[in-house]
Amino acid sequence: MNIPRTPRRATARVSLAAALVVAAGACGGADAGSGDGGGDGLSGTIRVDGSSTVAPLSTAAAQLFQQRNPGVRITVGTSGTGGGFEKFCNGETEIADASRPITAEEQARCAEKGVGYEELRIANDGLSVVVSKDNDFVDCLTVEQLRRIWEPGSRIDNWNQVDPGFPDVELELFGPGTDSGTFDYFTQAVNGEEGASRTDYSPSEDDNVTVQGVSGSRGGLGYFGLSYYEENKDRLKLLRIDGGNGCVAPTGTTVQNGTYRPLSRPLLIYPSAAALDRKEVEAFVEYYVENNAGIARAAQFVPLSSAQEAELRQDLTRLREQHSP
Amino acid sequence: MIPTAVTSDPPEIPRLKGRGTPLREQFFRLSLWASLAIGVVFLAGLLTYVVVEGWPRLNPKLWTNFPDIIDPSNAGAQSAITGTIWVISFTALYCLPTGVLTAIYLEEYADRDRWWNRVVEINIQNLAAVPSIVYGILGLGVISRGLGFGQTVLTAALTLSLLVLPIVIISSREAIRAVPQSIRQASLSLGATQWQTIWRQVLPAAVPGMATGSILALSRAIGEAAPLLLLGGLTFITFNPTGVHSQFTVLPIQIFNWISQSRAEFTALASAAIVVLLVILLVMNSLAIWLRNHFTRRW
Repeated sequence: MNIPRTPRRATARVSLAAALVVAAGACGGADAGSGDGGGDGLSGTIRVDGSSTVAPLSTAAAQLFQQRNPGVRITVGTSGTGGGFEKFCNGETEIADASRPITAEEQARCAEKGVGYEELRIANDGLSVVVSKDNDFVDCLTVEQLRRIWEPGSRIDNWNQVDPGFPDVELELFGPGTDSGTFDYFTQAVNGEEGASRTDYSPSEDDNVTVQGVSGSRGGLGYFGLSYYEENKDRLKLLRIDGGNGCVAPTGTTVQNGTYRPLSRPLLIYPSAAALDRKEVEAFVEYYVENNAGIARAAQFVPLSSAQEAELRQDLTRLREQHSP
Repeated sequence: MIPTAVTSDPPEIPRLKGRGTPLREQFFRLSLWASLAIGVVFLAGLLTYVVVEGWPRLNPKLWTNFPDIIDPSNAGAQSAITGTIWVISFTALYCLPTGVLTAIYLEEYADRDRWWNRVVEINIQNLAAVPSIVYGILGLGVISRGLGFGQTVLTAALTLSLLVLPIVIISSREAIRAVPQSIRQASLSLGATQWQTIWRQVLPAAVPGMATGSILALSRAIGEAAPLLLLGGLTFITFNPTGVHSQFTVLPIQIFNWISQSRAEFTALASAAIVVLLVILLVMNSLAIWLRNHFTRRW
């Protein structure tokens, strides 16, 4: 585990205990119906909802799985990580997509409703901080500089206030809206508190708008998931970030091994324990895990490192033993 | 407030135009044209833009295929198109009768001196101004969870019904009010009961206005994404609804999802889906115009 604020083992243990409680207590509210196709003819409905960052991964997995198992219906929604957990803990979905680990508050909510779950890390995501191609004076920012720009109440509106060495160019800020998991993650990593951000920037739930804004303004600065940079390489300049150990550019390797700090994060799925007892859900999660690298590449994310991959396989093996339908 | 005499021909309009037009009048007319042009030019610009953007994807795959995140060239919006049709049909089924009956009560039966009728009236006016996302919250809390209908076509249709109900009621009331009082009086004086008067005289005369208003209300419902996103309208679904208890997605949500994808092919796909949505809208609106022209009565 390289990602700092992810007490993953602990979470997994808690969830395991919860899973056992649920498994022992009841047969689960699998109201979506798990037909007994028998043999390979799996059927049933699997509802996935949550982070819009993880949705492309789950969608790709769902699509590939459905091609092999036409009887299984998988739907993917994008209520956001928080909204996804809300529905998940309410028993309205089988799998929650999340771009951050479940919070203590959400854990309590799930426990209250008797919803147990497993946590699986299925890919990595890096946030990219970008400026316009016309910007020829910035190449690297320290986390401290980012914080001074983005902290609540920040009055910085010119690049020369960020660093006296920068020219007199007006600073124009773009970023995701407050409902976004990316916003939560960036504010947590940079400002130290989730949701703490200056508010006088141009927010948009559509990252393509941020791309447009930054590329059209010499003094523009914005942030979003790495895949948006990959798609718009010709219009944007990627900044290196100094998290204390020198400037590091986000690449597959630095995001995987966590040296691109603090702006790389895990992407997670949370299947519910009750749902895992259903054949089709277990088969889908297995498929998702076993093909994680291909799915991550298809959805343009950074695949797991070999250590993370090994950990995921181990989790899957444990899951298989726990939930043999 | 309502003309009391039935005239066969509209009165001759006096000619106000004199010789030559003063400069001021020309300027006024010019500014009218300019105002009109703003709306029309922007609409034409938007239409051209989406058609040009979506042109490469305006092929049958758009309505024969399901969403495909791996290969955008193979993706289609069939589940969103059928979902839209399902949801909007049931919205019409729920909100039209309710709205029209409410309008009849308020116009023909309600005693305006009673406080409860005034409360109902003020409420309806206010409801028409409530943002759509609030109806989404209501739908999620009350219909989806409270009544236990879940994230289904039924929940979506009921929520959208609530959303456009005030519009249906207000436009139906206007249509009923536009029926001359003399028609009612004539019918009543010939011995018809109040019910017979409403059913045989007032309603047939009000149908064109009610139809126009209702279809404009449904046109608004068809373009809503925000409340349905909240209700759990899905962004990836590869089957069509099979009943009111099916899960669903609608075109605005599908478009929203495709536009926010990072790959440019999806933007073209979104434009193509916008064209489909516009075509559905135009068909509905032409139906409204046809109904109006077909049933309009002149007094």
